[in-house]
Amino acid sequence: MTVSVNRLVLWFNKTGSPPNFDRFAARWTPWAFATAIIFMAAGIYGAIYSVPADYAQGENFRILYIHVPAAWMSLFIFVVMAIQAFIALVWRIKACEILAMSCAPVGAAFTLITLVTGSIWGKPTWGTWWTWDPRLTSELVLLFLYIGVIGLHNAIEDRRAAARAACFLALIGLINVPIVHFAVQWWNTLHQGSTIRLIGPSTMDPSMMWPLLATVIGTKFWFIGSLLQRARAMNLEQESGKDWVRKISESSANEA
Amino acid sequence: MTLTPTLFASARAQLRRDLRLVWRRRGDAMQPMLFAVMVIALFPLALGAESRMLARIAPGVLWVAVLLAGLLTLDSLFRSDLEDGSLEQLLLSPVPLAWLIATRVAVHWMVTSLPLLLLTPLFAELLHLPGQLMTPLLYSLALGTPLLSLIGAVVAALTVGIRRSGMLLSVLALPLFLPVLVFGSGAVVAASQGLPWSGAIYLLAAGLALAVVLAPLAAATALRITLT
Repeated sequence: MTVSVNRLVLWFNKTGSPPNFDRFAARWTPWAFATAIIFMAAGIYGAIYSVPADYAQGENFRILYIHVPAAWMSLFIFVVMAIQAFIALVWRIKACEILAMSCAPVGAAFTLITLVTGSIWGKPTWGTWWTWDPRLTSELVLLFLYIGVIGLHNAIEDRRAAARAACFLALIGLINVPIVHFAVQWWNTLHQGSTIRLIGPSTMDPSMMWPLLATVIGTKFWFIGSLLQRARAMNLEQESGKDWVRKISESSANEA
Repeated sequence: MTLTPTLFASARAQLRRDLRLVWRRRGDAMQPMLFAVMVIALFPLALGAESRMLARIAPGVLWVAVLLAGLLTLDSLFRSDLEDGSLEQLLLSPVPLAWLIATRVAVHWMVTSLPLLLLTPLFAELLHLPGQLMTPLLYSLALGTPLLSLIGAVVAALTVGIRRSGMLLSVLALPLFLPVLVFGSGAVVAASQGLPWSGAIYLLAAGLALAVVLAPLAAATALRITLT
């Protein structure tokens, strides 16, 4: 058991060593962004031109093709961040610290997009920009938690200690989100029930479905690209002064 | 021969030291109470002194006042110990760090929240809280305030290494305080509407039981992360 875990840690440390990680991220970032743009463009084209207007909500339901993928990503990224944070704290792997910390701004951006698009959708549909419903409130708390992680990471001088403290906060936050959701469920209000279920038949018409799938896949790839790019930048920043970083900066200076 | 103090001896020593420190600066210890009174006084002045409206917002206002008073004192939980170096002694001591943190949190609760709890009937009178809501309010505060102190200790431990941590500490702590506020204040609001309120109290009690065990451990981990 311990032997296999040690081997796993060794493998992580090898592929996660700063120069290897830099090569990996530099290689895959453009591909991830390209895939993301293709899928998102297709999805948004479908959402605007090919999907018929909803009979109850008219045209303004089309914003859900941005809102729903962003909402999924906001939670998904938090879970990814917490998993990375857990690995970083338990096995002290530096690459995971960097990856976890690079998740936070991307996740915060998706959470903000979710809140803003949700509000814009809510005004004509519910007649209000905001309601204190469990889902809205936990999304808002999620944004605060992301901001807290980013703030803590920026506030501590020592980079390793900062990353580890913020990782710990991310884990606490992961416990907090469901508790907040449950707590606010008391004031159950206007939010409509979910229309897409992972288990059981979906109540969304198949013709409306494919653009959503496309934007969902697109946002996943966008996250991967953005994560790799941010992690690469943070990695280079922390390793600045090392020999391999100097080589990279010299070679790129020569090209320019 | 090893000179490892027993758990209770170490807790007693720390309690005595912390309480003596508080006693030497009795004026500072009064501040959370004054602060809570001020916050409570702001609401009738801002919203008008109509007694029916005050009675309706009283549970929320009282809870928020107590929560903010606790929040403002969180920063001092480990700060002075860090500055005079005794925090490092705590980290190095043979007694489990979580145990020492638990006693420290107990002192924090006794000094900031217990006086507020005792003054709650007075505060409630200032806001014309109906008499039959006193019981749920006291139950929810008695269970909720130690919970706030315990959760706050984890956040204070995470931010102890930061020089100007005031604002950040609030930003980190408030999302974690939210469920406690919802259930604590929610119990009183439910009681005011004639609904059963014991459920929220039981949930607070369950949360407190969990936090008593887990929060000192989490705070000890956080302290080790930020100070090494």
